[in-house]
Amino acid sequence: MARTAIEFRNVSKQYANTSQYAVAGVNMRISEGSFITILGTSGSGKTTLLKMVNRIYEATSGEILYFGEHIKNLKLEEYRRKIGYVIQQVGLFPHMTVEENIGAIPQILRWDTDTIANRVNALLELVCLSPRDFKKRYPRQLSGGQQQRVGLARAMAADPDIMLMDEPFGAIDAITRQNLQEELIRIQRKLNKTILFVTHDVSEAFKLGDKVVIMHEGTIQQFDTPYGIISKPANEYVARLIATQDIVQRLKVLKAQSVMLPVDAQVSDRAFRVGTEESLHNILTYFLEHDQNHVLVEDGGRGVVGKITWEQLKVSTRQGKILSA
Amino acid sequence: MITYLVKYYDQMLILLLEHLYLVCLSMLISLLLAVPVGLLIARSKWLSTAILSFFGVVYSIPSLALFSFLLPAFGLGKMTAIAVLVIYNQYILVRNTVTGFQSIDASIIEAGYGMGLSARYMFLKIQLPLALPIILGGIRIATVSTIGIATIAAVIHAGGLGVLLFDGLRMNYLPKILWGTILSSLLAYLANHILLSFETKAIERARGECRGDTA
Repeated sequence: MARTAIEFRNVSKQYANTSQYAVAGVNMRISEGSFITILGTSGSGKTTLLKMVNRIYEATSGEILYFGEHIKNLKLEEYRRKIGYVIQQVGLFPHMTVEENIGAIPQILRWDTDTIANRVNALLELVCLSPRDFKKRYPRQLSGGQQQRVGLARAMAADPDIMLMDEPFGAIDAITRQNLQEELIRIQRKLNKTILFVTHDVSEAFKLGDKVVIMHEGTIQQFDTPYGIISKPANEYVARLIATQDIVQRLKVLKAQSVMLPVDAQVSDRAFRVGTEESLHNILTYFLEHDQNHVLVEDGGRGVVGKITWEQLKVSTRQGKILSA
Repeated sequence: MITYLVKYYDQMLILLLEHLYLVCLSMLISLLLAVPVGLLIARSKWLSTAILSFFGVVYSIPSLALFSFLLPAFGLGKMTAIAVLVIYNQYILVRNTVTGFQSIDASIIEAGYGMGLSARYMFLKIQLPLALPIILGGIRIATVSTIGIATIAAVIHAGGLGVLLFDGLRMNYLPKILWGTILSSLLAYLANHILLSFETKAIERARGECRGDTA
C-alpha cells in the first residue's frame, strides 16, 4: 500500500479580521504518487488549503503531516525545498536566465556545476523545451505557455516528492493549456510524483485527477475518483457543480475500466481493443464511426480484462445523467 | 571672463572640491540612513505612508529657512549644511527605496519563498537587483538636487560653489556669477549623466536584457 504523503488532521484557517473560516475542519489523507485535484469556486478555500501545505499560510488550528511528521517541526526552508511549488503567475525571476531560474535551488544545495547543468537540460527536455534554444533566454523572451513550462521545470529541480500547483494553467490559452495538461499527466505517470493541483475548471479537475477534492465554503464536499463523483455525487452542491457539464464532457471524464463488464482472459475476439484509461467519449466516437457493437478493454500486460457494448455504454451514460441531474 | 579663470583657477578649484565634498559626504550619510529606513517601512503600508508624508512636509520647507532653523543647533559651517542636505534627501531616497521594493511583483516573492529560498538569498539575489533601478533613480535625483541646494549653503559659511555666486551678487561682478553658475550646472549635468548610465545598466539587468556574466 502506498504511504501517506500528506495528511490533514482537522485543519482550519481563519484570516485576521474575518469572522468566517476560509478552511474549516479538513481531514484528508493523500497517498504517495497520487494526482489530486482540488476543485472549487473562488472563495471556496481551495487555494488556502493548498498553501497551508508549504506554510505560505499557517493553519489556525489542526495539524498537517508530511510523511508522518508534523510540518511545524521541520525546518521551513529545507522542508519547502522538498516540495515543488507552481503558481498561476509563475513568478520566474526576470533578471535570471531560464538556466539560472531552474538552477537556483540546486545551487543552494551545493550541487556541482556539471550536475546542475545536466539537471537543467534534462528538466527542459522533460517539459518539451529544447535546452539549446531556451537555456540562455530570459523570462520576458518566453511566451506564457513557455514560462509555465520553465516554472514547472524549476519546481522539479531538486526532485521534490510533492508538487503543489495553484491554477498553473489558469492564464494560458485553451490550446496550450490542453497540451500542458497532457504533458503534466505524462510527467506524473513517468515520475510518480504526488501532485496537489488547484483549479476552478471542472473538466480540468476531472481530466487530471486520480481523485478530486470538491471544496465549498471551506469544507470538503466530496473526495473521490472522477467516476465516483459523477456516478454518486455526495450532495446537492456537488450534483449542481457537475451538472453544468454536458453529457459529452462527462463522457470524456469516464474511463473504460469504470463501466466495462469483466470477461475471461481467453477471448479470441477480433474486436477493437482499447486501454483501461480510454475515455468513454473516444469509445462512443468509435461506435458511431464503425459498424461494431462492442470493444474489448485491455490492461497492458494482463491482456483483455473487460468489454464494453453499445448497450452498456448507453445504460451507464444515462445512469450518470440521471444521478447528477 | 577667461582672464578671471586664468587668475583665480586655483581658488575656483578649491571651491569646486569643497562643493564635491559637501555633496559626496551628505549623499553618503543620506544613503546610510535612507536605505535601511526604507527597507524597514516597506513592509507596512501604514508606516510607509506616515513616514513618507512626514518627509514630504519637511521637503517642502524652503532651504534658506531650514538652514537658519538648524543654525542654533549646529552653528555656522559645514555641519549645518550637511544636516540640511541629509534631511532633504530622505524624502527622495526613502520614497524610492520603498517604491523599489514594493514594485516587485508579489508572485516573484511568493514563488521564491515557496521554493525554499532563504530570506538572505531572496534579499541579495532577487529583491535588491530588482529594486535597484528605482533606488538608483532616487540617488540620481537626490544627487542633482543636493548639488543645487548646496550652493545656498554658502550663506552659512559652508563654502562650495555658492561662494562664487553670492560674492558675485554682492559685488555685482558678472564673471563670478557666471562661473559659479557654469560650474554648478556642469557638475549637476555630469552627475546626472554618470548616474543615469548606472541606472540604465541596472534596468537592463532587472528586466533580463543584458547578457552579463551573471553565472
